[in-house]
Amino acid sequence: MYYAIFGSLMALTATTVAVAFVNLGALNFPVALAIAILKATLVILFFMHVKYSSQLTKLICGTAFFFLIILFGLTLTDYLSRGWFVAPGGTAGAGTQLTIGPAAPPAGEPGAEAGEGEAAPEP
Amino acid sequence: MTTTVLPRVNYLNVKYGVASWLLTKDHKRIGLMYLVLVAVAFLLGGIFAAGVRIELTTPQGDFVSADTYNRLFTMHGVTMVFFVLIPAVPAILGNFALPLMIGAKDVAFPKINLLSWYILVIGFVFTVAAMLFGGVDTGWTFYTPYSSLASNSNVMLTGIGIFIAGFSSILTGLNFMVTIHRMRAPGMTWFRLPLFVWAIYATALVQILATPVIAITVGMLALERGLGFGFFDPRLGGDPVLFQHLFWFYSHPAVYIMILPPMGAISEVIACFSRKSVFGYSFVAFSSLSIAVFGFLVWAHHLFVSGISPYSAMVFSFLSFAVAIPSAVKVFNWTATMYRGAIWWQAPMMWVFGFLGLFLIGGLTGLFLASLGLDVHLHDTYFVVAHFHYIMVGGAIMGFFAGLHFWWPKMTGRMYSNSMATLSALLVFVGFNLTFFPQFILGYLGMPRRYHVYSEEFQVLNVLSSAGASILAVGYILLASYLFYSLVKGKPAGANPWRATGLEWTTQSPPLPENFEETPIVTEAPYQYSKREVNVG
Amino acid sequence: MADGLTAHAGPHGDGQAHHPDLQHHFQTLGQQQEAATLGMWIFLVTEVMFFGGLLMAYLLYRVWYPEAWVEGSLELNIVLGATNTVVLIGSSLTMALGVRAAQTGAQKATVGWLLLTMALGLTFLVIKFFEYREKWELNHIPGPNFTFEGPLAPQMQIFFSLYFGLTGLHALHMIIGFTLLSVIAWMAHRGRFTPEWYTPVELSGLYWHFVDIVWIFLFPLLYLVDRTH
Repeated sequence: MYYAIFGSLMALTATTVAVAFVNLGALNFPVALAIAILKATLVILFFMHVKYSSQLTKLICGTAFFFLIILFGLTLTDYLSRGWFVAPGGTAGAGTQLTIGPAAPPAGEPGAEAGEGEAAPEP
Repeated sequence: MTTTVLPRVNYLNVKYGVASWLLTKDHKRIGLMYLVLVAVAFLLGGIFAAGVRIELTTPQGDFVSADTYNRLFTMHGVTMVFFVLIPAVPAILGNFALPLMIGAKDVAFPKINLLSWYILVIGFVFTVAAMLFGGVDTGWTFYTPYSSLASNSNVMLTGIGIFIAGFSSILTGLNFMVTIHRMRAPGMTWFRLPLFVWAIYATALVQILATPVIAITVGMLALERGLGFGFFDPRLGGDPVLFQHLFWFYSHPAVYIMILPPMGAISEVIACFSRKSVFGYSFVAFSSLSIAVFGFLVWAHHLFVSGISPYSAMVFSFLSFAVAIPSAVKVFNWTATMYRGAIWWQAPMMWVFGFLGLFLIGGLTGLFLASLGLDVHLHDTYFVVAHFHYIMVGGAIMGFFAGLHFWWPKMTGRMYSNSMATLSALLVFVGFNLTFFPQFILGYLGMPRRYHVYSEEFQVLNVLSSAGASILAVGYILLASYLFYSLVKGKPAGANPWRATGLEWTTQSPPLPENFEETPIVTEAPYQYSKREVNVG
Repeated sequence: MADGLTAHAGPHGDGQAHHPDLQHHFQTLGQQQEAATLGMWIFLVTEVMFFGGLLMAYLLYRVWYPEAWVEGSLELNIVLGATNTVVLIGSSLTMALGVRAAQTGAQKATVGWLLLTMALGLTFLVIKFFEYREKWELNHIPGPNFTFEGPLAPQMQIFFSLYFGLTGLHALHMIIGFTLLSVIAWMAHRGRFTPEWYTPVELSGLYWHFVDIVWIFLFPLLYLVDRTH
């Protein structure tokens, strides 16, 4: 049975490499991640025997990923919403990347004052 | 009353010699070894605090230079956070009491337990080495890019010390979690566990999940500083605030590592000295778990003015208000426990009363800081300093002392002087409030933290604060003195001097090396106190 | 643990005639094995969070600098990376087979599978070494000597910092795992394990699979960002 799992893992590896050569636009990242998650799940369930383990073990696996998601998710609430608020005067907060792409031009944006640290300046 | 004698064979006298301590696998001895280490660290951190408070008696920077002052408050923070507050209750009281409370012979992994102690010692050595080489001046928070690119102090050495110390915390948490899951005596179901055990479990959750993040963060800082890697460097397009996110992802839950076990000790002491079962047991148990989990959701309230998105800040502000709820649940339940109880005024209970008032103030002022608008004005002022000292000293340290005074007879077999203990508790309470209440006012008036000079108008309050600090010091010295004295001259305590419930009180004081002669079998709920019991002093 | 006291004051609990591998603070071998496994799982949770910090940094900068990420990914050798993935997953297979062999008391097979796992692990590290050496020669190691053509150079340095940080940390764990396995293989060779007690093999297996899982994620995250050019 281990061999069957190994075979699946090989197939999935081939798939993920192949997909990398296909342009799916924004979907490339989620697809690659999904395949990786699938592979990891197979290893966890079968090679690490979690499928046949106690509820506690399953709970522990779930907990690890849950807190990882919290780390990623809550931190991203900051980074993904950084450009949403533009203070009077044009400062959008420290380290904002308003456009996706090459690094934003330094201090050339309208009214920007290299907004490091503080929130909106007093009018 | 019949005269009590110390038991003939106990874990303290079963073997003598330095090797029998340094190579012990006995959780009780390891707990005492942690006590020694933490006491040394507390003394060291206190000396740094003295340096800070002496400088702040005058508005000018006349005692030390700005640079030295920066090093003083940094080393005060690093020592107190990583080598006192984080280990104190879990590693000392948890190590000593946990196996006894669940009816086990030891923790799940005794050798790893000893290893945890050695790891903390090594971490401490690195940190002290950094101090001897001149210290660090970045603040205990090590914010980039100053710590990674600009500071020329001993960041690496301190970072290594903290990295290593983190593993001690992780291994302790791991050990305790497995112990609670797998080593409970027959009949000790989850809901028959003392609340201290629930608290230790919740703490272990945090130690396991949060500490690795600061380990990798310090590692990234070291790579950037030492090898020129780019993680937080703004010149490369990196974000220094990322460091803050990662740092506080650990450091906020860390404060729950510091407060949860003392809260557990408070539950034990309040029940015993009110002669009453803790009100709302399951609420208190679940509140410990809630605090542990919710504590992971609030870290960016330390970043409110660092330039994070206001929308994200709103989310974290809301969550920070939410995390106060389980703590409030505890305070209500403790109060209800005392209501219509028979209060027995002994030393441990004095510390409990101190805790209740001071933790309340600390907790409420935390809500002020969770409020976005207020935080913009209060951030980096003495208001914050006062808030966290109320929680950490007024809360955690007092809770620790409550537990220490409660379990001291069990740990040593000796009673200490109740009148000295009461005096010490009063001195600490008065000294503490005199030190830190003025700081709330100073913060409100705008005095910034981490400055060795300040405006003239703040001097009176600063002098009051420094005076309070000296009273606090006297209180602590008195505490150490009478506890030491009790080791030599204290009256033998007997198995259960407090007439407390709990498995640890069914054995001799000090306990046997293997804790119980026979594995106990548990048949009833905890805290079966009776109010009609007569308390003989 | 009962320093100095004569043996076994107090009962051990059930009819277990004191298996030599039973530690004194446990009642039964089963309890001991469950505790050990639980302990290893909890340790792996800490490892997840440990890598998590670096992965958070990766996530952030990938969102901020997608072009640099594509460029950086193209600098990595996909053949070597894919080969390493196959090698490591293969080593997980051999590890699982080794644990099963220990469970059934097949001593020679246990040693064989463990040695094969180690060999595959070593192969991984050797390939990694060659990859790193190529980076060294091209001055792609972040730091004062980092060189890269074009305007994306600063962000490329962040990419490579994360590349070396993540794969370096992973390689460190591989080395630790390799050392661990060598000890376990030696113990197996000496006939230390029985179907009643093969816990160290099982725990090493868990650790090794974890290291494999980390790579399962690192491979697409670093090597497969965008290969459509």
